[in-house]
Amino acid sequence: MSFLNIFKRKESKASSGRQNSDRGILVFENTSEVIRAESVLDEEGWKIRVMGPPPEIRSGCDLVIEIPLIEELNILRTLEKAGVQPLEMVPVSSPLLQPVNLFQNKDFGKYVMIRAANMKLTVDKETMKIVNISGGGCPDVPYLAQEMVGKSLSEAPSPREIGHTLCGYALQLAYEETVRKCSL
Amino acid sequence: MFAIVGTVPDQDFPLAVGEVLLVNGVIRIEGKSVPVNRGTPALLAAAIKTCEVLDQPAPFGYVVGDIGRGDGSRRLYEYLTRNLGKCDPQSKSGSGLNAITFHYLQPDVDWHNRVLFAVEEMAKRPVLIADAGFMYAAKMSGQSSEYDLFTPDAGELAFLADEEAPHPFYTRGFILHEENRVPKLISRAYTNGNAARYLLVKGKKDFVANCNGIQATIDSPLEEAMEAIGGAGDTLTGIIAALIEAGIGVKEAAIVAARVNRLAGHYAKPTPATQVMEIIQHIPKALEEILNENGGIREKTFA
Repeated sequence: MSFLNIFKRKESKASSGRQNSDRGILVFENTSEVIRAESVLDEEGWKIRVMGPPPEIRSGCDLVIEIPLIEELNILRTLEKAGVQPLEMVPVSSPLLQPVNLFQNKDFGKYVMIRAANMKLTVDKETMKIVNISGGGCPDVPYLAQEMVGKSLSEAPSPREIGHTLCGYALQLAYEETVRKCSL
Repeated sequence: MFAIVGTVPDQDFPLAVGEVLLVNGVIRIEGKSVPVNRGTPALLAAAIKTCEVLDQPAPFGYVVGDIGRGDGSRRLYEYLTRNLGKCDPQSKSGSGLNAITFHYLQPDVDWHNRVLFAVEEMAKRPVLIADAGFMYAAKMSGQSSEYDLFTPDAGELAFLADEEAPHPFYTRGFILHEENRVPKLISRAYTNGNAARYLLVKGKKDFVANCNGIQATIDSPLEEAMEAIGGAGDTLTGIIAALIEAGIGVKEAAIVAARVNRLAGHYAKPTPATQVMEIIQHIPKALEEILNENGGIREKTFA
């Protein structure tokens, strides 16, 4: 390992420590609210991350939004204007769980299946029609499938719009990856 | 009698409790109908088809509409906590149940624990099967060992194996990369107390395992397209539930069901665009074939 590499590693560790001490999480009533708040904050250009909550506030199907603490008031104002307010803001004191960011593709010839976490979305490569959605265990999965299967990627509602749970959020990631791959 | 507990993707579907029928490809319970696309309706339909072959009563359903907001699931959880421990099956309670399969429900640890308390109050403890959202809650509660069977797919097995993940969405990358090493993940899930008495891991190859390791693998016929078909795993769980009701043990039910589901899939000649009802229609033929093969399984199983 070169001297330069050692230096880089030390620098990255230090910066991640700084990051923890100046960040907080916004806790919402449910995952749908998190998804709405994420959209609002993304559109306004805030640098935020959707993460897993610390163990003491987990209930089973949760997401939180990690924010820079210094911007707390501005961010809360933005959310208030959009009508989506968090239940509370908690300073981050331990590492948060990272959502899955791995995608797996399976090529069936005429079809391609994209998997994100436990959700799989399959499209017809010629027509761009969503032909199947599988995996997952939260109750919005059958609903999302009902609303999306049989429609093209451009016509179908995105899981972000109509999903409510972590499985819905995972399907959103698979959907975005599919759109990205199909537009290449 | 065996019960299936889950949700349907219709916000207005009321809490319905009673015998479930499959009429012209539609699930009916207490006069309400829901199509069979995937999820709990697919599980119910597969269980009903299996019951028809076995000449036994259809499952008892506890079903409610929920599109992911969790409101329906909470109503159902509350109903279960109030009624599962009661004595008379005719009063829509659970104490006459031999087995309960918990399926698509909003994962909620607190409600999960309350339901498990209600089960413990039942006069006779039923065989407990958990899949989908309720399996996620069971794992997160730390009470996986209270269950007789979990039916995860490979991704969900990685979640069970990851002692820190509260939902498959947070399964750590280094564990997800182990997907092709199912035996190692099974072992890790048992080591951390995050597996039921038996696991049936659904995938290209199905694994039946317990704390002593892999008990059986089922890998034929292989239809690659099955992985893409929504509900193809739900049907497997439905077949197992009905086989257990017939008196077959959990391990053998899992093995027979895996074979039946694969064969039904094979008969459907599936593509990734196939819908699950096309597979369900072939369950009776596949089940008959496997029960009668070598002139033996049916006799041995139900002797």
